[in-house]
Amino acid sequence: MVHWSAEEKQLITSVWAKVSVEECGAEALARWVLLIVYPWTQRFFTKFGDMSNSGNVIGNGNVVNHGRRVLTSFGDAATNLDNIKKSFASLSKLHCKKLHVDPKNFRLLGDILMVVLASHFGKDFTPACQAAWQKLVCVVAHALAHEYH
Amino acid sequence: MVLSAADKTNVKNVFAKIGGQADEYGADALERMFATYPQTKTYFPHFDLAKGSAQVKGHGKKVAGALVEAVNHIDDLAGALSKLSDLHAQKLRVDPVNFKLLGQCFLVVVATRNPALLTPEVHASLDKFLCAVGTVLTAKYR
Repeated sequence: MVHWSAEEKQLITSVWAKVSVEECGAEALARWVLLIVYPWTQRFFTKFGDMSNSGNVIGNGNVVNHGRRVLTSFGDAATNLDNIKKSFASLSKLHCKKLHVDPKNFRLLGDILMVVLASHFGKDFTPACQAAWQKLVCVVAHALAHEYH
Repeated sequence: MVLSAADKTNVKNVFAKIGGQADEYGADALERMFATYPQTKTYFPHFDLAKGSAQVKGHGKKVAGALVEAVNHIDDLAGALSKLSDLHAQKLRVDPVNFKLLGQCFLVVVATRNPALLTPEVHASLDKFLCAVGTVLTAKYR
């Protein structure tokens, strides 16, 4: 059971309240799929169409939709901090059995999400904020990997 | 991993834009690294790590200086960082995983201070460059 200090909870929920899921989700996924930064993650998105250049990735409707979905899940974690492992159990099984995603990718996406949040919030993304959110992305990554076998 | 010509251009542009503030970026990255990845503090038991610490600022300046030097010799990172590589292998022996953590924090600093600069392509180039620096610094470990 992860322990969250009152300060960590406050930093997470206050940032989350201001996040535009549409923008940040799509941006994080696009950057991740590295599509530009870690291009080998494109292997998971062969159905998304041509992603051979960044222009095709950033405007890609599938990427936007999926980014929104992914970040909405993060939001579920941010607003449900004491129950993350349980609430992500079925997503974990999905990523293992059906999507076959190497859990290392959850950390890669987490790193990208940090950079996206930093660019949106600037100096308001203080070191304490970064620390609280890094903890959240680690906990989410761990929860998503938990049901792997 | 190989830095393409475009990567090198992107990285040089970032550091040209950062200019004289590199020292601040270095200190900010360290402060974030200590806050976000507390295990990294184990390498600095002799430092005052409180906010605004002069030692952290001083060390940030050193780190930034090394990165600037690397950028100025981006075609020969191994040569430019050879002495630092020896130092890290023989004396400091910082576990290789930590270079990635500092690199990530440096990216976050660039993102907070210069979001427009950090397009996805520049993000990728800078990430590659920081990885390459980490690789050079740990190249002589064994």
